[in-house]
Parts: sequence; C-alpha cells; structure tokens
Amino acid sequence: MRLEVSLQKRLRDFTLSVDFVAEDEVFALLGASGCGKSMTLRCIAGLEQPDAGRIVLDGRVLFDSKAGINLSPQERRIGYLFQNYALFPNMTVAENIVFALEGTKEEKKRILAENIARFHLEGLEKAYPAALSGGQQQRVAFARILATGAKLLLLDEPFSALDSHLKWQLELMVMDVLSSLGGAAILVSHARSEAYRMAERIAVMERGTLLTVAGKKEVFRHPATLSGALLTGCKNVSAVTREGEALTAADWGLTLELEGTAVPEDLRYVGIRAHDLSLVEGPGRNTFEMEVVRAIEDVFSYRILLRPIGSGAKPLLWEAAKDVWREASARPRLFIHVPLDRLLWLGR
Amino acid sequence: MELSPFYITLKTAAVSTFLTFFIGIGLAFLVLRMKRGKGLADAIITLPMVLPPTVVGFFLLLVFGKRSTLGSFLLEQGIPIVFTWKAAVMAAVIVSLPLMYRTARGAFEQMDENILSAARTLGVSEWRIFWHILLPNSRHGILAGLVLAFTRALGEFGATIMFAGNIPGTTQTMSTAVYAAVQANDYDLAFLWAGALVVFSLFFVVLMSVWVARLSHGKTS
Repeated sequence: MRLEVSLQKRLRDFTLSVDFVAEDEVFALLGASGCGKSMTLRCIAGLEQPDAGRIVLDGRVLFDSKAGINLSPQERRIGYLFQNYALFPNMTVAENIVFALEGTKEEKKRILAENIARFHLEGLEKAYPAALSGGQQQRVAFARILATGAKLLLLDEPFSALDSHLKWQLELMVMDVLSSLGGAAILVSHARSEAYRMAERIAVMERGTLLTVAGKKEVFRHPATLSGALLTGCKNVSAVTREGEALTAADWGLTLELEGTAVPEDLRYVGIRAHDLSLVEGPGRNTFEMEVVRAIEDVFSYRILLRPIGSGAKPLLWEAAKDVWREASARPRLFIHVPLDRLLWLGR
Repeated sequence: MELSPFYITLKTAAVSTFLTFFIGIGLAFLVLRMKRGKGLADAIITLPMVLPPTVVGFFLLLVFGKRSTLGSFLLEQGIPIVFTWKAAVMAAVIVSLPLMYRTARGAFEQMDENILSAARTLGVSEWRIFWHILLPNSRHGILAGLVLAFTRALGEFGATIMFAGNIPGTTQTMSTAVYAAVQANDYDLAFLWAGALVVFSLFFVVLMSVWVARLSHGKTS
C-alpha cells in the first residue's frame, strides 16, 4: 500500500497545501481544530475536490487536476471513519454492515458473521444505532468499513466523542484492527498523546500546511517550529537572542550559557518540556534560583509555576513527581537546572 | 342530488398528489444539489404558494390556451387542456407543489451529511443512497408534505376555476360547487359541500398528526 498525496485547495481563511506519502503504516496528521486536517481526509476520500494536485493510491490515480481525473468516492474504495460514526439510522446493525456489500446472500452472510465476531457485536445484530452506546456505534462503523474490504482507512478524530475510559479500550481495539489490516491508515487528531501511541509517523499541521513530517520520536524530540513545539505539548517557550555563547531567553528572564553547543542559524525560540526541568542541590551552570509563583496538585504529580527570584518574568511550568516536590518545597532555597540537551531549538 | 363534485374532487386530489409527490421530491433533491441559482429556483417553485391562485390560473391559461403556441399545438394533436379535467389536475399540482417541495427540502436538509458521505465512501450508488437512506430518514417530513399537498389540492379553487372552469360533471369540484351554489342562491347545497370539505380536510390533518406521532414514537424502538 502506497498513498501519494499532493493537493492544494483554497479555503476561507487560508490555502490548504499538503504533500506527503504514506506506506504500510499508521500516519497521523496532528493539528489544532480548523487547521485543515479533516479537509485533507475529505479530499483523499473524494468527498471534496482539491483545486489542484494529484492523489495516487497503489499506482491508481484517484485525482489529477492536470489530467482531469477525479474519481467519485464510490470508485475510490477508501474506508472513512467519521467522528460521529455516521451509521444509517433506519437500518439495524446487521443491515448497516451488509448494505454496501455486493455478492450472493451466502457471501454477505459470511462477511457479516465474520465482522460481528471480530468486533464483538454478537446479540446486537437487530439493534438500531440509536439504541447503541458510543463505543458500540464505533465498532459497528468499523465493521461496516472493513466488510467492504477497504485497505486504506481514514480516521477522523476517532475518539473525540467518547468518554475517557472507553477511549482507552477502543484505542487498543483500533490498534489491533490496524495491525491486522495489512494496509495503511491516516489518523487525524488534535491529541498529541493519541497520535504518539497510535502512529509511526506524524505530520504536524498548521493553517493548511505541514510543518514537519517525521517519525514520531523525532517530531516530539525536535519539533523544529514554535507551533510544532506547542502542538506536541511543550508548555514552556521563549523568544531568544544570541550573543556569542550567551543565549537570552527574554520571556523567562534567563540567560543560558551555550558551552559550545551547536544551535541552528535561524534560531528564534527555545522550548523546554515541563518534566525536563530538574531540581538540583545548589548553584551551577545553567542553574537558577527560582521562586514559586504557584503549585497546583495534579493526580500523579505537581505542576509548579516558577520564575527567577525577583524577576517579573513569565513563569516556567515545572512538572515534578509528588515526592520530588515534597522534598523541594521543604528547602529554604530552590535551584532549578535547565539542561541544554533537553532544549527544543525552534526556528519559527 | 348530484354527487359528481365529490368524486371529481377526490379523483383530482388523489391524482395531483401522486404527481406532486414525485415532482416535489425530485425538485427538492435537485435544488439542494444545485451549485448556482439555488435561490432563484427556490423562489420560482415557491411562487404559486404566495401568488393569488387566480393569477396562477391566469398564467396557466396563457401557457395552455388556444392563443399560445403550446396550447394550439396540443389542440391540433387532439389534446385539449383548458376547461378539461386534466386542467383541474394541473392547477392542483402547481398550487400544492410548493408545500411538498418545501417540506421535502426541509427534511432533506435535516439529514446528517456525514451519513450520506459515509454511504458514498462505502461504494453505495447515489440512486441507492436516495431511495434507501435519504428518503426513509426523511419520511416524517415527506409524509407531512404529502398530507399538506393533498388537503391543499382538496380545497383548490382559484386556479381551478380560471383554468378548468366550473363544468358540472367534468371539472366542478366541491369548492367550485360551493361557489356555484351561492351564486344560484342555493344555500343548503353550499352548506352541504362546505361542510363536506371541512370534515374531509380535518380528517386528513388529524390522520397526519396521529401518523407522524406514531412514527416518531416507533423510531427509537
């Protein structure tokens, strides 16, 4: 399975312009709502027409603006899982699953039985969608798509409509489905951890363009752009200016010593994740005495807002395990180390 | 007593509603899918609802009358329209069409677009989507439109009398019979037909609300 996507489409506020190739993998489009990620899926499925570009699935041209090719969604045979599952309300679970199938009665019966078993829908065959829970509806929607034999799945925010405890179970199920599919899936999500758990590669998207396309570890370790850092959950960012070996992070009120560390030429911001700040015993390089602005207890950790003593700077968020914070809060003076190797160097 | 206005009314309303049903739903579907000129098409189809029926009848007379190309052509083919039962049906169709069209269109617009998109990505043809998904899920609105169109056709007067006339035994319906009876100072007869129309219309409107209530009740089970 190989999907090549290159498309441009003028939207109301910006122009959608994406290029990527997905092979046998789970590929995630990560972006804030309204950034054009769902529109990208709709264009791939043929529900919307791009202004220009080319979409090729396994050598089959689905769309080519230059050659005037634009296959209908029916001809594309791409599985699309809608955010609200979009089951047919006037049909039972069984009818929903077989409705799009072609072939003899026996074949349909066999495919139905297979998918009912695969998605644990036994006993619900005669139920109508309105009587099902969100999780059950999603399983029916999956069964309906896979019954048609689709090899490429497009998942549009598949878990956003579910309660968090259900989310986790369904995520496991979806991962099983995707690994048994033997095809590719494109996941659209605004939740970074969901994208990280499910996908192998992640494309960070902002206002219609892909900022970075890389392996998920790379995307989280080196987001490269300010919005990439924020989308991957970096809570602390600051504009920086460099003078020789001194790097001043104005927003934080800190000046870091580079100690010969190579930084990108176009460096404009730095970021540090809340759990990468560390508590140290006393003064040292890139270590600062901080005062606590606020400490907020979370379920398994503390979130502490810090700033250099006496400065009016924007507070840094430090996430510390409960015992670490208990120890730190007992100290008369608080020294926090900013490790250079954990800094995110951000271009724009 | 002459019972023909009763039969003619029922026959005209039944046949015109049958035609209105398909034309109204078809137009609703087409207009919704139009990319340009939606507003204009909508206005034209809705016009007979807001125009005085006599004006509708007058235009029908102009289009199908002897002096028009179409009217004289049809007459040459041996198909007279004006002052025939066909004209009564046509008048009823034109006048009741906006009701069917608007309720069907409203019902189609209520439909979750994702459900239709899902069917498309599953490979279901547009024709099957229309008959097996769009129509069944819009049944409440369509049913309401059907009853409204039928009751409107039952009571149609202005366009009918302009275009089909008031010929006893051919085009005289209950509503034109009321008018004729009053003109002839026969108030007993006028009362009779007026009462019949009230009873009929009431019956169908009540039938519709009961029907719709039962359908929406059964939907969740």
